[in-house]
Amino acid sequence: MDKHTIIICILLGIITTNLIRVVPMLLIKGQIHNRFLRSFLYYVPYVTLAVMTFPSIIETTVSPLSGAVALGVGIVAAWRRMGLFPVAAICCAIVYLMDSL
Amino acid sequence: MKIATKTDIVQGFRDGIPIALGYFAVAFSLGIIAKQAGLTAAIGFVSSFFTRASAGEYGVYTLVAAQATYVEIVAMCLVVNLRYMLMSAALSQKIAPGTSWFHRVLMSCCVTDEIFGISIAHKGYCPPAYTYSAALISTLFWASGCAAGIVVGGLLPMNIVAALSVALYGMFLAVIMPPARDDRHVLYAVVASFVLSGTCSIVPVLNSLNSGTRTIVLTILISAVAAWLKPIEVEEEAHG
Repeated sequence: MDKHTIIICILLGIITTNLIRVVPMLLIKGQIHNRFLRSFLYYVPYVTLAVMTFPSIIETTVSPLSGAVALGVGIVAAWRRMGLFPVAAICCAIVYLMDSL
Repeated sequence: MKIATKTDIVQGFRDGIPIALGYFAVAFSLGIIAKQAGLTAAIGFVSSFFTRASAGEYGVYTLVAAQATYVEIVAMCLVVNLRYMLMSAALSQKIAPGTSWFHRVLMSCCVTDEIFGISIAHKGYCPPAYTYSAALISTLFWASGCAAGIVVGGLLPMNIVAALSVALYGMFLAVIMPPARDDRHVLYAVVASFVLSGTCSIVPVLNSLNSGTRTIVLTILISAVAAWLKPIEVEEEAHG
């Protein structure tokens, strides 16, 4: 593709992706009172992040085993409320050490 | 409501740093793909700075590389990023009543998986300054990572790239596990998510779904079932 076309594609990506983010915010005024809808939105973030974590975490690493160990240890560390950075650092260290062996 | 307090900015920055590091790694590998599609480092930086969507950008760059049409680009962005619509709707409930439309729109533009995750994890209503601060630092790393990947992609050894990409999943875990510990219904939903997501990736036919589509379908399905079986206490949620 020539540069001009690539730039149009990139702009379309930027516009579409941000419209998706803005539209619900503009449509939903104030607090939602429907109990089902509120419960649904309460569960969405946790479910989405969980679905995106597994099995992708074991597909990213060089060997699936290192990803699986990072997942297990990461779950324990997160359960103990170690915070974003420590948990992420532990997972990285495990994968680096195991994949380098 | 006061929009910016020093504490919110500092806290957002602090929580944004691990996200930024993970972003750099992921965006770096994204940059390698962007280069194959013909993007320059400058275009990659601008694209990543304003799009901020890993799966979405990945989709766009592969489509560009495949000489796809504009319609396909838009369709891909809609499907792969549909979860942002759900997240933005959920985030609307975490913004204090009386917050201006300007801040609501700007906060929704900050939505990425991780920025959404920490904004939702913020106790009580989420202050805009916290979200902006975390979004700014992480977006700068995201865009720089993409540009770096375009320039020097392929120079880093595979094991380092793989180790860095896991940072992102570590952060996801740090966001979902503490609430799962506090609320066992969240825990059940998380376990169901792991199991069903794993199942969908190995079962024939289902495993042909791309991971973006799988994320959308499973998120809607599992959250709806959880909301139907275990609706939240409305009074309790009103404060948090």
